[in-house]
Amino acid sequence: MEDMTAATAKNLPAGAAQRQARPKPILELRNVAISYMVRAGELKVIPNVSLSLHQGEALGLVGESGCGKSTLAYAIMRYLGGAGRLAGGQILFEGRDMRKMSEAELRSIRGSRMAMVYQDPMSSLNPVIPVGRQLMEVPMVHSGASEADAKKRALDMLREVKLPDPETLFNRYPHQLSGGQQQRVVIAMALMAEPSLLVMDEPTTGLDVTVEAAVLDLVATLRRKHNTAIVFISHNLGTVVRICDRIGVMYAGELVEEGSIAEVFRDPSHPYTRGLLNAIPSLNADKRNRPLSAIPGQVPPILARPKGCVFAPRCVYVEPGRCTTKPIDTMFYGESGLHRVKCVRTRELPRHTRPGAANGNDAESSSAVAEPVLLVGKLAKAYRQTSGMFGGGGYDVHAVDGIDLAAGRGTTLAIVGESGCGKSTFAKVLTGIEQATGGSVQLAGAEIGSTPVEARDAAIKRAIQMVFQNPDSTLNPSHSIGYVLSRAIRKLRGVGGREARAETEALLKTVNLPEEFASRKPRQLSGGQKQRVAIARALAGEPELILADEPVSALDVSVQAAIINLLVEIQQKRGATLLFISHDLSVVRYLADHVAVMYLGKVMEFGSVAEVFSPPYHPYTEALMSAVPIADPDVKQERIILEGAIPSPTERPKGCPFATRCHRKIGAICDEQVPPEQRTETGHRIACHIPLAELRAVEKFAF
Amino acid sequence: MSATTANARSAGTLARTWAKVRLLRESPVGMVGAFLVVFWIVVAILAPWIAPYDPNASNMDALADPGPSAVNWLGTDNQGRDILSRIMWGSRTVLGVAPVAVLIAYTIGCFMGLLAGYYRGWVDQLVNRIADIILSFPAIVLYIIVIMRLGPSAFNVVMAVVFIASPQIIRIVRGMTLELREQDYVAAAKMRGESALYIMLAEILPNARGPLIVDACLRMGYTTITIGVLGFLGLGLPPPAPDWGGMVKDTYAMMTIYPHMALFPALSITSLVVGFSLLADGIREISLKD
Amino acid sequence: MLAFLGKRLASLIFTMLAVSILVFVAFEFTPGQVARKVLGPFATQDQVDQLTEKMGLNRPVIERYFEWLGHTLSGNLGYSTLFKTDVNNIIWGRLGNTLLLAAIAFVIIVVFSIVFGIAAGMREGSKLDRVISVSSIVTTSVPEFASGVFLASIFVIWLNLLPGTSPLDPGGEWSIPSQLVLPVAVMVLYDLGYVVRMVRASMVEVMTKPYIRTAVLKGLSFRQVILKHALRNAMIAPFTVILLQINYLVTGVVVVEAVFAYPGFGRMLLESALAQDVATVEAASLFAVFVTVSTQILGDLGYMYLNPRIRFS
Repeated sequence: MEDMTAATAKNLPAGAAQRQARPKPILELRNVAISYMVRAGELKVIPNVSLSLHQGEALGLVGESGCGKSTLAYAIMRYLGGAGRLAGGQILFEGRDMRKMSEAELRSIRGSRMAMVYQDPMSSLNPVIPVGRQLMEVPMVHSGASEADAKKRALDMLREVKLPDPETLFNRYPHQLSGGQQQRVVIAMALMAEPSLLVMDEPTTGLDVTVEAAVLDLVATLRRKHNTAIVFISHNLGTVVRICDRIGVMYAGELVEEGSIAEVFRDPSHPYTRGLLNAIPSLNADKRNRPLSAIPGQVPPILARPKGCVFAPRCVYVEPGRCTTKPIDTMFYGESGLHRVKCVRTRELPRHTRPGAANGNDAESSSAVAEPVLLVGKLAKAYRQTSGMFGGGGYDVHAVDGIDLAAGRGTTLAIVGESGCGKSTFAKVLTGIEQATGGSVQLAGAEIGSTPVEARDAAIKRAIQMVFQNPDSTLNPSHSIGYVLSRAIRKLRGVGGREARAETEALLKTVNLPEEFASRKPRQLSGGQKQRVAIARALAGEPELILADEPVSALDVSVQAAIINLLVEIQQKRGATLLFISHDLSVVRYLADHVAVMYLGKVMEFGSVAEVFSPPYHPYTEALMSAVPIADPDVKQERIILEGAIPSPTERPKGCPFATRCHRKIGAICDEQVPPEQRTETGHRIACHIPLAELRAVEKFAF
Repeated sequence: MSATTANARSAGTLARTWAKVRLLRESPVGMVGAFLVVFWIVVAILAPWIAPYDPNASNMDALADPGPSAVNWLGTDNQGRDILSRIMWGSRTVLGVAPVAVLIAYTIGCFMGLLAGYYRGWVDQLVNRIADIILSFPAIVLYIIVIMRLGPSAFNVVMAVVFIASPQIIRIVRGMTLELREQDYVAAAKMRGESALYIMLAEILPNARGPLIVDACLRMGYTTITIGVLGFLGLGLPPPAPDWGGMVKDTYAMMTIYPHMALFPALSITSLVVGFSLLADGIREISLKD
Repeated sequence: MLAFLGKRLASLIFTMLAVSILVFVAFEFTPGQVARKVLGPFATQDQVDQLTEKMGLNRPVIERYFEWLGHTLSGNLGYSTLFKTDVNNIIWGRLGNTLLLAAIAFVIIVVFSIVFGIAAGMREGSKLDRVISVSSIVTTSVPEFASGVFLASIFVIWLNLLPGTSPLDPGGEWSIPSQLVLPVAVMVLYDLGYVVRMVRASMVEVMTKPYIRTAVLKGLSFRQVILKHALRNAMIAPFTVILLQINYLVTGVVVVEAVFAYPGFGRMLLESALAQDVATVEAASLFAVFVTVSTQILGDLGYMYLNPRIRFS
């Protein structure tokens, strides 16, 4: 913390003196090079990275997948697997060179002086050992603590990470905990020995946004209390803003920019950092006033990294010659003298301005749906859970529990909610993969809710097509792209031969892919390209309704922006209706016309995007919005930390589904009575016991 | 589609297949296996031309000194027949019966496994139950019962192998189908109105082929063992057909005096099975690298 | 847990019933054949008819099935035409001999498969791994009768250390333990490699799991990581496989017993089958299936016990 004040105290001349004035760092990387031995030879994953970290300081490392941030994290722990090695430089931890440490020395600092928190908590915990035992191991190994002593410390630590009922939890196995609880256990385990350095590798990726907010909050608190230094790896700039003092941006194995959060976000100086920031949809922008700016191209494979600046092939400011002939040096920059950038043109670049809301045509404020293509009424889907020997005496799990929705022609209806809210089940019912157990779904006047896809007639199949979430399972690995598209054209439109081939090419063009892709197999494509093909396939039958189930959530932010732009463009050109399912509020804010917020199978709030994103909010919507990590240190918004985990659909509360976690719960009525659906005159619906007037009286969120 | 493009396409497929075969060079173990298997296939094909004697012709003179000699390289057996010739002809028995049996078992196994895994529900229940019942017999017991009731013949050996191998293949294919049917591209196929048959054969089966090829190769090895064992137990081909297992059986009693009579056929069958197993391991190894 | 046990027991009964029907159909469906088999090929048709009548074989199939099932369940296994005595008088002694063989082999297989499998799997691709893996592939690929030939060539003919046959006669030239060595060796050779590979595969998979990384980065030594974190997880999947070897050992010994003339269950089955001794084959196959199905249930239970994810769900 002191460093920050020192750094922000202005008017000091050269940065160099200041750099020397700082106390000895806890962790220092000097010209670290990491390579992997593969069959083809030695792969220089990270050619040369230097950075330092002081006590109590938190450094965020961001960048797209494949940029080497996790490799760097594991190198700090000196854990690179059989094929990886530290090829050069020094990693100094508390002044000692990690590279020269023996196995025994490494063991003595791992888990005690430096500890790690992992991306996937479920698989990071041993499934056959109760969690308490796993915690106890740490003091028993490092300080030779007795069983009783270790147990006491483990219980204390479980309490400290705010886990409910630590005594019971102590004897639980990992699979019996929720994702958020598992991650708290992992954090507790890492802090057991009061390490001076904590390395966190995407600790909240895969957690629901409300759970993520709570975990981040906990990390922020604990870090202040224990004065632990943190290296925080994330692909999400917003989470870094919440936790860190400094940020390092990695690209293709290089640290291209590094500095304090304030400096880097106010004056991003590397074109890649600017690209990342611009690609995030947030803050007042939507599809009507500004397309998202994607970074063209993709991260080059290690063997194909360019000679000069690694970012040059994707950079809009590239100057052939200066940028492309020799490796770029790191230079210090900015007022504090601690802002480092790896770009020869930094000082010449125009100052970065954050794209604000242009005054275009604003979103429709009325929540009424005109000209509905899709009408969903009281739709329910329950799964029969059988128990007992002969399947008798089961109970129903209500995945979707009486929802009403509508989507107007040529508009986008977004459904947002966390895992288990029923949004994917709803999609399955629409596609006919599953059948509704109640209510109705009408697509262009035809009832399709309980017709399985096999029994739907050709016109209906053609009218509704889907884009799936996972780019790796959306395309059959055995089929070429051309075959995938022409088959879809043939089946949906009855067109074959030469015509289908021409149509395939046209579709590829629509999604901005070159013709040659027709002969490629899916494994030759990147994630974003696969999603483009998936979109082309969905367009083959010129559908009325395109169902997109988290189509960008598996993609890097720069690629995500391009796909979202493509969806907007297609919708504008073809007038198709888009049903967009997402957990990402900022994407929804950008793309949607109407929004439905779902929780445990129910629609909690429905309205136009303008109305849903401004008060009155349903308390759940409010909590969701406050939980979204915003990649802007200047936006200060109230954080609502929800208690507990999302109940599983099998233990749904009797009254309001959100009652168990609601921060505005007004009393027993919430637990016992299903809330009424309150409507405004414009058609904005909120299912809550609290009167609208009261809900209206909250501050509007920044987006 | 014109004939030339079709030809070009199949030539492309051939080239790709050959490229995959060449990949095997990266696995030394796999290469040893491939060499052994190819060696025996060549022997089986050429047996009528390269076998020095009629495999069933007895040379009574040889009975006095049946050991290996310049005339009978591997010696003669208890009836004065040339062992080398019998081994060469015997390879035809094994390599004739095993592929047929494995192929039929695979056809049934894939079909039933796809049906069970794709449709689930009662189809799955039924197929699974039947497979369970067959698999609850120890294989050897089942072989004994089947051959005992049907009598020893090449056809019945094939029947027995198919009867016992199919349920195992059903299990494998069913498991993979259950997993693959949940892939999004299967949902996409359903949404464009593909038939169940198309989905099973064009969307699911091709993606199961990797593990199935490895399994098929291993199974060729098991089947070779089975054929040998049945021959050894006297449940294989009726005499005098040359059959490696049967050759060991006929001469095992004379091991202490003339070990070569049993040793050479035992070595032959071992080398072939080892070949299949190593080849399977090589294929598995390179498929993991891909 | 109880529901699961109930389900498995129900399925055991179902499978056994189905198997008994299959066995009954295979051997006793056509009445004339049974009598013909009892009397042999030289009996006249008249004699066959008479015996058919006397044995009640011309009654409806269902009736005969239930009568047969009743007899079998009450322990009356019928008369062995090969051994000329009740099946009960022959089967249990043979089974005892086989169990002796099987028990020794099982212990060896369990111990060595775990040791070799873990040693190979804990460092995938190491020299030790490659040696163990390739050796396992090769040993499982040697048919039992062939390894019998090889081992006999070495230890019986060349070194003259061990007997070539194992009739288990106490007064003979060779002691009983020395008679057991080669049969056990053949069984272990054939079966061990398979189990080793299963244990190895499971261990290799476990070693790539993130929780192993967690254990290493907690500061545990390699030894502690293996013993405390890897071993138990690595034994979950192969547990069932190991138990299933009991089947092979008890009923699959046919070949080994035939090679070494060992007076066990397998050879009894083979001899009675070759002699068309229906009653003995029926009893032996039902017993074999019973062993299979019960080890499967045992395997499931053990799997549940070892895997808390199933135990507490």
